[in-house]
Amino acid sequence: LLHNLPQGFSFENTRRNAVLEANLSEKGYSAPNARKTGTTIAGLIFKDGVILGADTRATDDMVVADKNCMKIHYISLSETFFTLPGVAADADVTTQMMSSNVELHSLSTGRPPLVAMVTRQLKQMLFRYQGHIGSSLIVGGVDVNGPQLYSIYPHGSYDKLPFLTMGSGAASAISVFEDRYKPNMELEEAKQLVRDAITAGIFCDLGSGSNVDLCVITDKTVDYLRGYDQPVQKGMRGGTYRYKPGTTAVLTKTVTPLPLDVVDESVQVMDTE
Amino acid sequence: MMMSAQAYGDKGKMKEYHYTGPVEHKFSPYAFNGGTVLAVAGEDFALVASDTRLSEGYSIHSRDSPKCYKLTDTTVIGCSGFHGDCLTLTKIIEARLKMYKHSNNKNMTSGAIAAMLSTILYGRRFFPYYVYNIIGGLDEEGRGAVYSFDPVGSYQRDTYKAGGSASAMLQPLLDNQIGFKNMENVEQVPLSLEKAVQLVKDVFISAAERDVYTGDALKICIITKEGVREEIVPLRKD
Repeated sequence: LLHNLPQGFSFENTRRNAVLEANLSEKGYSAPNARKTGTTIAGLIFKDGVILGADTRATDDMVVADKNCMKIHYISLSETFFTLPGVAADADVTTQMMSSNVELHSLSTGRPPLVAMVTRQLKQMLFRYQGHIGSSLIVGGVDVNGPQLYSIYPHGSYDKLPFLTMGSGAASAISVFEDRYKPNMELEEAKQLVRDAITAGIFCDLGSGSNVDLCVITDKTVDYLRGYDQPVQKGMRGGTYRYKPGTTAVLTKTVTPLPLDVVDESVQVMDTE
Repeated sequence: MMMSAQAYGDKGKMKEYHYTGPVEHKFSPYAFNGGTVLAVAGEDFALVASDTRLSEGYSIHSRDSPKCYKLTDTTVIGCSGFHGDCLTLTKIIEARLKMYKHSNNKNMTSGAIAAMLSTILYGRRFFPYYVYNIIGGLDEEGRGAVYSFDPVGSYQRDTYKAGGSASAMLQPLLDNQIGFKNMENVEQVPLSLEKAVQLVKDVFISAAERDVYTGDALKICIITKEGVREEIVPLRKD
């Protein structure tokens, strides 16, 4: 029975989707697109470990959907992080899957996870989905074999290199790395180089923008530097655009009293950065 | 398991989900170079503003390529869309302006330029200039005038109009702040020059936050009976 179950994606809904899309476009609407993040991400190996960097812009076609999204995701408690451009939803799901798989694998082997293991699991999953999962990513971490950096493409291929860039701003960032990368750099010099590479993507690529996030991983510590640099000056508006009460027309008003008791009160702080 | 929706008799805008054979790629004579333009007409002034970023795909060609072109002492035109057609169109307009001046011994008025532009654009009805035009200037009585066009020459006179890549973001805000739409109990004061300039700066700052094609710098051409004055304001560069 198990042999007859279809593997990978079911494409039954393609027929329904195509019909829906035709109906929508007759009325002049278009189906919603998956949100791609257009992006600049970069990673490099320095003397004590690995540094990953990313910009913070998420775009919906050519409109900015999120000015400060997080592209560096954390996989395992000890060492490994990865950064993901590509389709935003795929990135979230991929992270969650990998996080749990890594934990299970490391419990099963009785050893701390290896970066190579994360890479192999990711590439096997992406290959199985034949590129339909649109995430390309950089995996970086420090394990018993030392600091390692891998890039993985949506179809499942990977590269192991001392410095890497991906996303729509990859060309801008790699030019900075090719100019100034040296093996065994000190921490501050390496952080500055990754920052400069991401900044090149932020200014020269329309799909990337806003801030630079860095993540410094060594064998002893993980330093997640969210908002490490803000190279862009946000414009300050001069006029005030507040509306006096009564500006919005009230057409009808219905008051329905709800008899409720306060049972529990809790405060959750919003991330408004 | 992958099937084409054509099996269900739907024609036209259908997406094929499998590869059937050779795919023909055509050369497109157009490119989209981004950019936003805006014009506002006041009691005795007109503003024409544009950002200065020229892009293509995900790259930036130039951070200093304004889209406002001065035609006469009382008229400025803003052109956005395909930069090649913007340049050609403005050359043609300038030549026609000279021809009119030599035949009629006077400068063209804003209304006359608008009417002429409409015929120039419709002349290319079947291979259009991919340009969104907005003319701003003073009419014969010295009052502010804005004329907005579509790529094939349809035009009308407006009080304010936004065109180009961030037009859908700017136009509703202008409808509210200048046209006083969707507001009650508001004193409808006519727009002063200072307020209009501040409003234009603020809407472009907001557009640069969310539209990737808008940014780098803003150039405002202020047209009054004294002539045309320019103001340049920096915008986000990312």
